[in-house]
Amino acid sequence: MRNIFIIVKKEIRQILRDKLMMLIIFVMPTLQLLILPLAATFEMKEIKMYVVDFDNSPTSRDLINKFSSSPFYNIVGSAYSHRQAEANIISNKADFVLEIPANMERELQTLGAAKVQFVVNAINGMVAGLINGYSTAIIADFNSEIRTELTGGKYTNQLRAPTYSYWFNPQLDYKTYMIPGILIMMVSIIGLFLTAMNMVREKEIGTIEQINVTPIRKYEFIIGKSLPFCLIGLVVLTLGLLLAMLIYDVPVLGSIWLIYGVAMVYLFAVLGIGLFISAISDTQQQAMFVAWFFVMIFILISGLFTPSESMPDWLKGINTVNPIYYGIKMIRMVMLKGASFYDILPELKAVAIYGVCAMSLAVRAYRKRV
Amino acid sequence: MITITNISKSYGKVQALKNVGFEVSRGELFGLIGPDGAGKTSLMRILATLILPDSGSASIAGRDVVKDYRYIRNNIGYMPGRFSLYQDLSMEENLQFFATIFGTTIKENYELIKPIYSQIEPFKKRKAGALSGGMKQKLALSCALIHRPEALILDEPTTGVDAVSRTEFWEMLKELKRYDITIIVSTPYMDEAGLCDRVALIQSGNILQVDTPQNIVNSYKGKLYAIKAQDIYQLNNLLRQHTNIESCFTFGEFLHIVFKNDSSEQQAIVLDYLENQGMKNIVVQPINPNIEDCFIQLLQ
Repeated sequence: MRNIFIIVKKEIRQILRDKLMMLIIFVMPTLQLLILPLAATFEMKEIKMYVVDFDNSPTSRDLINKFSSSPFYNIVGSAYSHRQAEANIISNKADFVLEIPANMERELQTLGAAKVQFVVNAINGMVAGLINGYSTAIIADFNSEIRTELTGGKYTNQLRAPTYSYWFNPQLDYKTYMIPGILIMMVSIIGLFLTAMNMVREKEIGTIEQINVTPIRKYEFIIGKSLPFCLIGLVVLTLGLLLAMLIYDVPVLGSIWLIYGVAMVYLFAVLGIGLFISAISDTQQQAMFVAWFFVMIFILISGLFTPSESMPDWLKGINTVNPIYYGIKMIRMVMLKGASFYDILPELKAVAIYGVCAMSLAVRAYRKRV
Repeated sequence: MITITNISKSYGKVQALKNVGFEVSRGELFGLIGPDGAGKTSLMRILATLILPDSGSASIAGRDVVKDYRYIRNNIGYMPGRFSLYQDLSMEENLQFFATIFGTTIKENYELIKPIYSQIEPFKKRKAGALSGGMKQKLALSCALIHRPEALILDEPTTGVDAVSRTEFWEMLKELKRYDITIIVSTPYMDEAGLCDRVALIQSGNILQVDTPQNIVNSYKGKLYAIKAQDIYQLNNLLRQHTNIESCFTFGEFLHIVFKNDSSEQQAIVLDYLENQGMKNIVVQPINPNIEDCFIQLLQ
C-alpha cells in the first residue's frame, strides 16, 4: 500500500513537470469537444432539390409546395427534361430530383394511385438515406391530405398518420446525442494512450532496470501507475462535462455521482488495456501503433458515429469485448435518460470484469526479470 | 559472500557465459574485468536478479539469487551500466524515492552516503537529467547505497566518465570498505584492476583467471620489454615477423615484446637486425607487466 502511494506520488510529480503532457490533458479535450460535435452532426439542412414536373397540375404544384415549405429543402431549379435533371445531379448542383410524371393528377383521381420518382445522389450513402427518409415522410404526409380531398371528405375520420414524439431528446438535437459519446471517447484516448506510452517509456529510458531490483511488487507498480491516470481521466471528464453543460446545454438527467462512478470503473478497464500494451511493447512507437489500432477500431464500431445495431452480426459480436461500446452506452443512458445504477448494471458488470482481466494481464505481462 | 557456481547463459546461439564460477568474500572490492561483449553485464544482471541463468547457481549472503530473489532485492544495491534514474526528477527527489521504496529515509543512512552525496548536495534541486556524467555517477551510487545494502553490484560505473571522476569514484568505493559492504564492479578498463582487492579476468564468457592484481602480474610468463623507434609501424611489422619474438603488442607509444630466447646475445641479434632494416632511435627497456599484458598473454 505504501509502495503504491510512493509510485503515485512520483508519477504525479513527473506528469505535472511535463509541460506538453499538461497541454495534452487540458487543451486536447477542450478542442475536441469544441470541434467534434459540430463535425459529427447528421442533421440535413439545405438539401438541393431539382424539380421535373411533367404534370403541371394543381396537385403537382401542391406537392412541390409541400417540399419547398419544408426547412430542409431548397429548390435550386426545375426543368421539363429528365436528362437535364440528371446532369444537375452529376455536376453536383442537385442532391435530389423529384420527377412528377404527366397525368399524375388524373391518375390519382381515376385510378386512386399515382407514382412519383425520386433520384437521389448517393455518393454519401448516409446522406442519401436521410434524404430518402425525409422525402418519403413528406409524400406520406401529402397522401393523407389529398385522400381527404379526393374522397370528398368521406374518409376524414380515418386513422391519420401517427404523430411522433421523440423521447429523451425532443428536438432530435444531434449534439445532445453525440456529446456524451465524445466525452467517453476523450477519456478513452487520454487514458489509453498515456498509459500505453508510460511504462514502455521507463523501459526505453532504462529506469525500469533500477525499479526492477527494488522490492516493489508487480501489482503495486501497475496500480501505482494507473491511479494518476485515473485521476487525469476524471479531470478530463469534469472539464468535458462542464463544457457540455455550459456551451452545448446538454442535459444531465442522471446522477452526477453515477457518472463519475461509471467513469472510474470504465477507466479501470481502459487503463488496464493501456498498461497491458505498455508491458508487452519494447518501444514507444510499438505501443503507440498498437494503442492506435485498438482505439480506432473500438471507436468506429462502438456506436459513437453510427448505430451499432445496424452493423453485421459478427461486428456486433466484437462489440461485446469493446469497452468503448459499453462506456458510450452507459453514459448516454445516465446523461440523457436519467438511468439509475440498476439500469446500467449489466454494462457496468461487463466493464468491471473487463477491467479486472485487463489489469491482471498487465500485471502478468510486466516481467521484472527475463 | 557472493558465490557463483558454473553459471551459463545464452541468448539464442550466442553463449554469453560459459560455466562461470568464482567467489567474493565479505567486504571485498572485487573487479570483473574484460572487454565489451565478454559477458560482464550478463553476469551482473544475474546477480541482480534481473535475468535467470540457463544453468548453474549464484548466491549472495547465502541466499540463492533465483529462489530468494526477494531477499536479494531488499539487500543489494545495483547500478546498471546505463544511467537509470529519473531524469525529470531532481537529485533529491530521486534519492528520496529510492530511500522510501526501500523503507528508509535519507536521514537514517546519511552517514553512509555522506562522503559521496555531500559532493553533489549543493545541486540537489537540479534535475538528474541536467547533471554531468561524474555527478550522475555519484547520484546513482548514492541511490544504490541509500538502503545500506550488504552487497553492491556496479555494472561498468566508470564507462564514459572522465579520468578525474573515475579516480574519485574508485576512492569512494575504497572508502565504502569501512562499512563492510561487499562490492563487485565490472569494468572494461584494465588500468582499474590495480584498484581492486581481487579481480576476475573474463573474455567471451570464460573466466581466464581470478586472483589479486599483484598475483596476476607476478604470474606473467617471460620477461617483458618496451621498445620504440622512429617508425613504430615498420618496427611492429619487423618484430612480428621475427623468429625470436614470442609476442608483440602496441601499447601507447611503445611496443611490448617478449623474446623467445631472452639472453642478451639473442636480444642484440634482434636489435642489430632492426638497425640493419633502417630503424632509427631504437629504445629498449625492461618493464613490469601490467594487467593488460597479462590479459593478452592469457588470451594466447
